Amino acid sequence: MKNNQSYEEFIKGVWRDNPVFAQVLGMCPMLAVTNSAVNAVAMGMATFFVLVGSSFLVSSFRNWIPKQVRISCFIIIIATFVTIADYTLLALVPKVHKELGAFIPLIVANCLILGRQEAFASRYPTRLAVMDAVGMATGFLLALFSLGAVREILGDGALFGVKLFGANFEPWVIMILPPGGFLTLGVILLFFNWFKFKKDEFLEDVAEAERSGH
Amino acid sequence: MKQRDPDLLLFHAPLLRQGMTTPKAMRDVLLALAPATLASMWFFGLSAVLILASCIGGAVAAEWLFADRQARGESLRDASCVLTGLLLGLTLPPGLPLWMAFLGGFIGIALGKVIWGGLGQNLFNPALLGRAFLLATFPIAMTTWVPAVTDGGFLQVYPGNLALPFMQVQIDAMSSATPLGLMKFEQEVTPLTNLMFGKTTGSLGETSGLLLLLGGVFLWLRRDLDWRIPVSILVTVVVFSAILGLFDADRFPSPLFSVFSGGLLLGAIYMATDPVTSPVTPKGAWIFGIGTGVLVMLIRVFGGLPEGVMYAILLMNAATPLIDRYTQPRVFGRGGDSQ
Repeated sequence: MKNNQSYEEFIKGVWRDNPVFAQVLGMCPMLAVTNSAVNAVAMGMATFFVLVGSSFLVSSFRNWIPKQVRISCFIIIIATFVTIADYTLLALVPKVHKELGAFIPLIVANCLILGRQEAFASRYPTRLAVMDAVGMATGFLLALFSLGAVREILGDGALFGVKLFGANFEPWVIMILPPGGFLTLGVILLFFNWFKFKKDEFLEDVAEAERSGH
Repeated sequence: MKQRDPDLLLFHAPLLRQGMTTPKAMRDVLLALAPATLASMWFFGLSAVLILASCIGGAVAAEWLFADRQARGESLRDASCVLTGLLLGLTLPPGLPLWMAFLGGFIGIALGKVIWGGLGQNLFNPALLGRAFLLATFPIAMTTWVPAVTDGGFLQVYPGNLALPFMQVQIDAMSSATPLGLMKFEQEVTPLTNLMFGKTTGSLGETSGLLLLLGGVFLWLRRDLDWRIPVSILVTVVVFSAILGLFDADRFPSPLFSVFSGGLLLGAIYMATDPVTSPVTPKGAWIFGIGTGVLVMLIRVFGGLPEGVMYAILLMNAATPLIDRYTQPRVFGRGGDSQ
């Protein structure tokens, strides 16, 4: 029973309430740093670390944080983890750190992270809060990766820097540029919603058939 | 009205029908474009046929793919996607790979029309949207112009056309500059007769000014287009370049050169007049045309690109709902404010 609930919190973030495709949160890093798969995954990992860490801390301290100043407390906790992520990336992968630039400090302003603290971590026990954070962060990572992969494959003919189509590939320049981010995100959202629509339709049909069967 | 039916006929209003329907209007435009299309085949040979066919194929494929299954025949029958494909094809350089032309047609219909809700709902001209996408995506291939076929006859195909899907164009040494490019970057003026009869480098449909005008007159006689839009665009361009000519006749293009070069006639007559994406009020049509003309000249003379018709029309398309809103005529019998 308890395990089911953790699983439920996890899968909700990955698919049904996916932070990008269902809630349309965190658009700023989503559009800005997904011009290659490497950047997208690095950003996803950094956000993963920050979200899980701050959800854990916020949830642990939820009974001690005064309601009136909770947002500032959340921000301080988030900023701590962002600073750790910033310096870790700088030490491990300086090239990626340089490309991501200002968007690493800006993780602190990602509405997905603050949103999860306010809506979930500050109200639920630590175990559930961490599961929720892991689910949401995985969903965000998957979304970043799918956008980055599409844009790198079309815009550069490569995935993670490995050329896929040989030297004669004609790059789709727009995909590397900002409009490509909007286009790709729009098309992916379109397919996500279409899939949801079809699923709802199917479930309704099943329910209808069951009702008439009885 | 026909009186063959002996039974009593019961109609609701309107009892007088105009006879002009969407498929008919589309067919008129296709007919008006026929001379310029044939001319492009004459100048560029089999390449023109292949590119136009790829664009139309892409447009029809998108329309078919995204249409509701029950409405599929209906949305294909009005030929609007064929017109979009043809117009897009006429704006493309003759040496473009065919797969890019197909992609342009597909994107034009998919992102320019279907996604907005189909015919009549779109904000931007689908053909120009497809072209803008191609220009932003493949900037080199879209600005490589090859001269018209001189020898080798009709069956000669530019090698660039046959690039495999997703593969590069092998840039050949034959590429040359358009009259506008020559004017802008090398101050070289192309003779006016060449511009009128099509002996120039350029996209498929922009090489012959006279045939485009001919189609425009046909459409005007058939009442298929709002004459205010092309007239105001062309007059604005003429006045603008005449004023520029007063300052420095050598540096700036002459009025007639401005009108007959590039895609201005094609854009002004066939694309800016798209009834979906241009204002419905007469006053709005004037504003739309003048705005387009000013933007064309601003981009051509002061901008970084040699040609600005596409962006001028797309920008004015974006302004169309606003223009329509502020040019609503006064309701009869009401006070000064119609709102």
